[in-house]
This record gives sequence, structure tokens and C-alpha cells, in this order.
Amino acid sequence: MSTENNSFLSVKNIVVEYTSGGDIIHAVNDVSFDLEKGESLGLVGETGAGKTTIAKTILRILPDPPAKMIGGEVYMNGVNLTTLPEDDMRKRRGNDIAMIFQDPMTALNPLMTVGDQIVEGIQLHNKNLSRKEAEEEACKMLEMVGIARRRFVEYPHQFSGGMKQRVVIAMALACNPSLILADEPTTALDVTIQAQVLELIKDLQKKYQTSMIMITHDLGIVAETCERVAVIYAGEIVEMGTVRDVFKNPSHPYTIGLFNSLPNMVEDNARLTPIDGMPPNPAKLPKGCKFNPRCKYATDACRNKEIPVTELTPGHVCKCCNLNRGDK
Amino acid sequence: MWRYVVKRLLWMIVVLLGVAFIIFTIMYLTPGDPAEMLLGTQATEAEKAAKRAILGVDQPYLVQLGNYFYQTFIKFDLGTSWIYETPVVQQMAERLPRTVFMNLASMIITIIIGFPMGIMAARNQGKWQDYGVIGLSIVLISMPGFWVALMFVLLFSVQLGWLPSSGIGGIQYYILPVITGSLAGIAGNSRQARSAMLEVIRADFVTTARAKGQDENTIVMKHILPNAMMPMITMLGGSLTHIVAGSAITERIFSIPGIGLYMLNGISYRDYPIIRGCTLFFAAFAAVCTLLTDLCYAWLDPRIKAQYQSGKRG
Repeated sequence: MSTENNSFLSVKNIVVEYTSGGDIIHAVNDVSFDLEKGESLGLVGETGAGKTTIAKTILRILPDPPAKMIGGEVYMNGVNLTTLPEDDMRKRRGNDIAMIFQDPMTALNPLMTVGDQIVEGIQLHNKNLSRKEAEEEACKMLEMVGIARRRFVEYPHQFSGGMKQRVVIAMALACNPSLILADEPTTALDVTIQAQVLELIKDLQKKYQTSMIMITHDLGIVAETCERVAVIYAGEIVEMGTVRDVFKNPSHPYTIGLFNSLPNMVEDNARLTPIDGMPPNPAKLPKGCKFNPRCKYATDACRNKEIPVTELTPGHVCKCCNLNRGDK
Repeated sequence: MWRYVVKRLLWMIVVLLGVAFIIFTIMYLTPGDPAEMLLGTQATEAEKAAKRAILGVDQPYLVQLGNYFYQTFIKFDLGTSWIYETPVVQQMAERLPRTVFMNLASMIITIIIGFPMGIMAARNQGKWQDYGVIGLSIVLISMPGFWVALMFVLLFSVQLGWLPSSGIGGIQYYILPVITGSLAGIAGNSRQARSAMLEVIRADFVTTARAKGQDENTIVMKHILPNAMMPMITMLGGSLTHIVAGSAITERIFSIPGIGLYMLNGISYRDYPIIRGCTLFFAAFAAVCTLLTDLCYAWLDPRIKAQYQSGKRG
């Protein structure tokens, strides 16, 4: 994992813990990655793997308590976001970095018109705009995501799920952020709407040269929207590389397991091959490789040693000490 | 919207007729002779019979009921008190301002102290402020009103001699009753506000607002509070009735001739006009308060307003 400081976004060794009923939950364990301008990176992993926590850590909106960032840094254009005073960080939220939330049903304030909710963000970061001008901006955003401007004065309950997600996207893009954190933006939507929303995000990202982190558990979405992908397991990146490399040559047993869990249209298999076992309890992570209890190749080294990161081809890294195993 | 209000007001008439019928029947069925209460146990049977004839309580149930409904709902007359021998309406009008003043002051205090306390506790959940508010409200809610009243009288009137212990007069007569009446309310309001806030404080749209770059104070005022208002308004709407009904115990201990004490006297002397008059008045006031509370919901929450407008409610 390269650590040059000249990349657009550089996440270095972040560690996040939650306290829950006396237990310490290791949500994110030493995650590092870089992102270039205009690039999009997919974070893939199961529910609870720590994907959303990574995004919230970048934006510094972790609920504290119970969540706490224990270590690591996030650099954006060389500026360390982790040590920035809260006031300066606030000026960047929504302005430089915006987040699209997972559940459009709950991400909007039910008592405010959608227009007002978009205007709120615009006015926060453009103090010189009058209310009228901000409203005009918000109307343009609505139209851009395909919602008629007359619906500016309507409340969230008057919109369908897909429309609400469009509003959430309009809200996130209103200030022209240079980084979008999209947290499962289509999970709550119908398949047909999913395609539309993804198309919309992709278009807007291309148009404005925005960088994006796409959080999802759906490998199809990654293939469709991202250039690079990082596979997250139990709060760690187990494999990362370009979408082409990882999809063509998945190397970590977990990544291979993920691909095997997908229905295959070419071979007519009646059953899927899921990964055996369950994700580990994040309060009691196994020693050594976090995946070892579910891995059929696990050796004693996997159970006891810290696992090194191996670079397979330039830019394609994998955290596994058993790369020369039989299935390769 | 207006159709809904008119409909609710019409329903109120039905409710009041029902209340009048129930309270009349309960009083009719309650054992005890009003004539004996008024004349004392020394009175002869003939005297009591004569009194019963004057009061009209010797007539059959249906005749009495008919007379009562005719007087109340056609002539709008709540009758004359048997013990005081003054019109009930006149007495109520005279006593109402004292009760309203006392309870309104209590209510305002419970709001301006209780709600901010709860909001502060919720914003500092798990910290010392939170535990302080929880502890204080448990203490306040556990102290019975009559005991607090007596302790206050002992301390401030008897020991220190700062404040009068009973009766009415200047504003100083109301200080102890108002504080007594506020304590439990402060506890209740702060707990209600705290839990209502906590319900909203972790909502997704609050995170959305934070991700927009909004500052914490504005988030509380603009996003959290309006959404946390609903349960608080329910609580307030419920306690509004208290403003006119008052607290018989507090009025009794501090000898404040308000509505609560009037009703209490009416009950102990089997003074039917007082009991019926007060009950009917409380019921009417409660019905209006409930309507106002519901309208308040619609004003605050566009989702409920939409339901009223589409006629799905009411």
C-alpha cells in the first residue's frame, strides 16, 4: 500500500474502536489506502466489516461516544484532516467532502421541505449567496437529479424511495464536493431504480471530475462504477487493486469466496458456494489472520503470526501468507 | 382542515352530553342523603323530607335527569350550590383566576426548567450532567406533593418566617404553592424531554445534517428539537387540563380558595350542583385542550397535516 503524500486523499493506518457494554469492538484495524483525483474506489465487504465506519472516520462524524478513532491519519491534498480544528473540519464537510447515505427513508428530516434541506447545505458554504440565489441553486440541483423544481416545497413523505435517494444525492452534490463518500447508495432501492441511481452518480462524477469512495457489498456495483476496489474483512483491507486485477485474479481466499458466492450464469449450478462460517465477533477477533477460522488453507502461521501485505503485481496487494497454495 | 375542526367541535357536544349523563347517574346512585348532610344529624325526618322536596332529590330518576339536562343544556344554567346558596357559575368565575394563576405559573416553571434540563442531559448522555438530571428527577418525582408542601411550610413559614403559610393575598401567598406544584412537573418534563431527544439524536437525518457541515447548536435547534417536540407536546397537552382543575391537595394545604378546593368541598357535602358543574367544566376544557394539541401536531408535522387534509383522520 503506497503512502506517497502527494495523492489527493491518503488514508493512513486508521484504527477505530467502539465501546459497547464494556466490550471493545475493533471496527477498523489499520486501514490505509490512497485515492487520486477523479478516481473511484470501491470498498466491498460484508455488513459490519467496517466500511461505513471508514467513511465516517474520513468525514469525522463518528458518533463519539461510543466510537473513537484510536490512531491513524487522513490527508486530503496534503492537509491532515484528523488534527484539523472542528470549525475548519466543519467548513469542509458538505463542501469538499460529501456523503451519500445508505437509507434514503431516514436520511432526510421529515419536518423540513426537501428544498430547505438542500438550501441548508448551500447556504452554509456560500455565505455570500442570498436566500433567493441559494433556492435557485437548490432547484437546479433537483433538476439535475431529475426532479421537477415545483417539488422544492414538498416534504420527504411525499417522495418515493428512489426519489428520496435522488434528493440525498442532490444534497450531497449541491456544493460541488471534490470527494463523494457513497455509502451503499442503492441498497434500499429496487433493482430498476438502482441502475438509474448508479448511472446518475457515475455521470455526475465524470462531469465534475469528482473522486468517489463507493461502499457496497455488491461486486456488480463495483465492476460498474469503480476503477479500483478494496476488499474489507473484519476491519482490514485483505485485498486491493484495480477492478480488472482483482476480478481477473482474486488472490485472497475471502475474495475468492465472495466471487464463488455469486450466481454464475455460464455454468448452470443449482447451488451457490457460500463462504463457510460467520464473520468473527469484532469484540473477540481471532489472532493472526482474521479470516483463518473460515479459511480452508489456514496453517499454524495464519493462526499466530501477523500477516504481511504482499504486492502481487504493481498496485495489486493481498494480505495473505499462503499465496502459493494449490488453487492458484 | 376547517372541516376537521368543525367535526371535532360537534363531537365535543356529544362528549359533554355523555359526561353530564355519567356524572349525574353516579351521583344519583351514590349512597348518602344530601338533606342530612345540609341539616345535620339532629334534624327531624319531616325537616329532611321538606329539604329533599326543595332540592328536588325526592323525584324519580328520569324526572331529575330531565330537569338537569333541561337546566344545563337548554337554559345554560349550572344551578345554585346547596351549601353556599350561590350560583355555581359565579363561584367558579370568582375562584378560577386563583387556580389558573397558580397552575399556569407552575406549568411555565416546569417548562422553562424541565425541558432545558432534559435537553442538556440528552446532549451529554452518559456524562455527569446526565446522571445529575436523572438523579435529581428521581428525587423530585419520589417526594409526594403533600409532604413537600408541609416541609416547605415548616421551613419557610414556621422556622424562617419568610413566607405566609396559607390563605390568599399578595403574590407572596402563591410562592410556596407554585413551587410545590412545580417540582414533580420539572422531573416529569425533564425525563420526557431527555428520552424524546435521545430518540432523535441518533437519527440518520441528524448525521446527514452533520455531514452537510452544520454546527451542533443549529442541528439541535433545527433538526433534533422539532422532531423531539411530539412527545413533549403530548405531555403538555395532557397537563393543560391541570390549569383549571388544579390540585385539591395543594389548595387544601395552603387554604387557597380555588376550583380544586371548591370541588373537594362539594364532594364532602354531597353538593350535586358543584360536583356536576365543575366536572362538566373540566370536561369541556379537556376536550378543547385535546383539540388544540391535535392541531399543534398538524402544524408541526406535515405528515399529520396531510392526513387531516386527505380526511384519513377524524
